[in-house]
Amino acid sequence: MKMNGARILLECLKREGVDTMFGYPGGTVINIYDELFSFREIRHILPRHEQAGVHAADGYARATGKVGVALATSGPGATNTVTGIATAYMDSIPMVIITGQVPTALIGNDAFQEVDIVGITRPCTKHNFLVKNVKDLAPILKKAFYIARTGRPGPVLVDIPKDVQIAQTEFDYPETVEMRSYKPTVEGHPRQVEKAMTMILAARKPVVYVGGGVVLGGASEELTSLARMLSLPVTTTLMGLGAFPESDPLSLGMLGMHGAYCANMAMTESDVIVAVGARFDDRVTGKIATFAPHAKIIHVDVDPTSIRKNVRVDLPIVGDVKDVLGKMIREAEKQTAKGGVERDLSGWLGEIATWKETHPLSYKESKTAIKPQYVIQKLRELSDADAIIATDVGQHQMWTAQFFQFNKPRTLLSSGGLGTMGYGLPAAMGAQAAFPDRQVITVCGDGGVQMNIQEMATLVQNRLPVKIVILNNNFLGMVRQWQELFFDRRYSSTCLELPIDFVKLAEAYGAKGFSTAKPDEVEEIIKQGFAEEGPVIMEFKIAREEKVLPMVPAGASLNEMVLNA
Amino acid sequence: MKHTISVLVENEFGVLSRVVSLFSGRGFNIDSLTVAPTNEEGMSRMTIVTGGDENILEQITKQLNKLIDVIKVIDFTDGSAIDRELALIKVTAEDESRAEVLRIVDIFRAKVIDVTPKSYTIEATGSPLKIDAILELLRPLGLKELVRTGAVAIGRGAKGWKG
Ligand SMILES: Cc1cc2nc3c(=O)[nH]c(=O)nc-3n(C[C@H](O)[C@H](O)[C@H](O)COP(=O)(O)OP(=O)(O)OC[C@H]3O[C@@H](n4cnc5c(N)ncnc54)[C@H](O)[C@@H]3O)c2cc1C
Ligand SMILES: Cc1ncc(C[n+]2csc(CCOP(=O)(O)OP(=O)(O)O)c2C)c(N)n1
Ligand SMILES: [Mg+2]
Repeated sequence: MKMNGARILLECLKREGVDTMFGYPGGTVINIYDELFSFREIRHILPRHEQAGVHAADGYARATGKVGVALATSGPGATNTVTGIATAYMDSIPMVIITGQVPTALIGNDAFQEVDIVGITRPCTKHNFLVKNVKDLAPILKKAFYIARTGRPGPVLVDIPKDVQIAQTEFDYPETVEMRSYKPTVEGHPRQVEKAMTMILAARKPVVYVGGGVVLGGASEELTSLARMLSLPVTTTLMGLGAFPESDPLSLGMLGMHGAYCANMAMTESDVIVAVGARFDDRVTGKIATFAPHAKIIHVDVDPTSIRKNVRVDLPIVGDVKDVLGKMIREAEKQTAKGGVERDLSGWLGEIATWKETHPLSYKESKTAIKPQYVIQKLRELSDADAIIATDVGQHQMWTAQFFQFNKPRTLLSSGGLGTMGYGLPAAMGAQAAFPDRQVITVCGDGGVQMNIQEMATLVQNRLPVKIVILNNNFLGMVRQWQELFFDRRYSSTCLELPIDFVKLAEAYGAKGFSTAKPDEVEEIIKQGFAEEGPVIMEFKIAREEKVLPMVPAGASLNEMVLNA
Repeated sequence: MKHTISVLVENEFGVLSRVVSLFSGRGFNIDSLTVAPTNEEGMSRMTIVTGGDENILEQITKQLNKLIDVIKVIDFTDGSAIDRELALIKVTAEDESRAEVLRIVDIFRAKVIDVTPKSYTIEATGSPLKIDAILELLRPLGLKELVRTGAVAIGRGAKGWKG
């Protein structure tokens, strides 16, 4: 059947299983909106800013595992998407971003609302396309979705000039994609897996270091089975939280700059590190020269560039985590069945237990001031087991990572790689759109929440009952903490001097607001907030100069943690 | 250390810029780069000469391979390839130096492709080392202008790039 490009776009999205998209109209996408007007199969949500639209698509993708879709017009609409795209790129989130472009005949003329968005986003997309002919549109969209979700996932941008949206052609959606230049390696090499298992079984102080790749690859079950089967202690990165239940005694919690003492000590003392879908980020390794000095490193990753990028690796395994972990389980069964494997990890597990006991994550409780960690613990206690938590970026993000206790994958949505303030609220919005019946909570700072606060309107309008928790310290707290510790308390531009009435702000948008500075009111407000049917702001005025601890100062070794300062 | 890398790419819009920005975005240097279509439909071949230690080179090849439009990356370690470059050289040639220029051209099996009473323009081909050598000899006579294509390289032996 003959259709115009705009309609073809929607037909393609439908065939890729897209049920929700986030978009903002404008001149170069008006034809797409005209088609959307009568297209019932896709829910279109109108955010109040394109950046938020992209974060919402990202939150949708992280919560569901599906490809998130966002749409924006050319020029300023397109440039507004860039922060959202870069955020998704750094955390390997599968997304397709569609932008309108000026008509092909005008490209390069500095036409009205023209920007070279393909050029601008080249370094922050997995791939991008400019569609020059309507005949190429369907094949390009097929490729875009395929590239976004396979291998190491990532955002793909498709720029569609207005005339391509108007032009007609026969619609024919390709069933399959075949690209000679793109063939990710997903199957781990059996010989490498065998060698890895021999190393793991011979290890006396093994640690599994789990990253976002296990969440992205849907391999939590395999990971959990393997760890339990071989009594392997597991630590996760910020992005890996939820991949392994933190309630399990083998869990060490998060490692890294603000990681648990036991996790950082275990990495430093370990003799075999099994890195699975993690990329040895500098927030995790600390000083490279002294990182895990005694350990042989096994690294499983679908992206060869992640391997040996920052640290030496003794045994690389390129492949998908689900495939490799599955093979590892079978290999472990095989090697242990053969007999002759003598393992005694009791000394090592005992050492870890001592670290946990002597240096647990902790904070000084208070009867007069609200401690942020207390709020997070209460949130865990009072929320559903499958609640989804989106964080913004800053101290509150780290307190959430440390104290919430994540037990299921895809329940923490957080901008790790780019660290984008303003991410939390719209990401929660996207997750709530995907799961209308689950509890979706966003934990924000008073600074970051104001970077996309306009999305309150989108929440109310679309009946997305996100629970917004603001840990208000009236500071750009994370930066203030650095100023306190490393800049002699010179709080340059980190005090948000003007207090905001967040209750009135919620009300202005037609939502409900609660606020308190009293510790004994925290529980009651959370209960009331959760009981509300619509979106809610819960503001907690917390102890203003509370710090995130432990902390590995930038440039220090992982075991040189500041425990209380 | 210098490395010559061949990159086989889909002849798509923007592919050159993807490759180049990969180098610039990561602070890798490019000494020379050439690109042109091949005998295979829709496929172009780039030859890139770059420097750096083994770790940098490993990252470069991996990152190139990761680009969606890249079909294959071949790192020619020493001796496994033949490399050639073409140079166009405009050199001052007056009175007594005219004969000297021609002698050098002859020794290097280069060609004079344009003549004026004051200059010769020379076409020279050969390995980049040979080009360096002829330039060394011509430079004292007065180089007015120099254009080099940068190296192209092909593997030795009977096998094509597909093996
Ligand atoms: C204020 C702040 C503080 C932070 N502090 C910490 C901290 O203390 N500790 C910490 O851990 N992080 C911290 N972070 C986050 C940190 O910056 C990094 O984002 C994070 O450490 C990276 O996590 P990751 O290694 O799991 O990598 P990800 O970015 O999640 O990368 C995933 C890896 O898995 C691979 N992969 C993807 N899919 C698959 C698959 N299917 N199969 C195999 N491999 C796959 C990818 O190729 C990639 O290498 C902080 C961030 C902020 C903003
Ligand atoms: C867009 C953006 N700008 C600046 C920063 C740098 N930054 C990181 S944390 C932080 C402070 C965040 O303050 P707030 O939102 O109040 O959270 P808190 O740390 O107080 O919990 C800043 C400014 C950033 N990460 N993102
Ligand atoms: Mg704050």
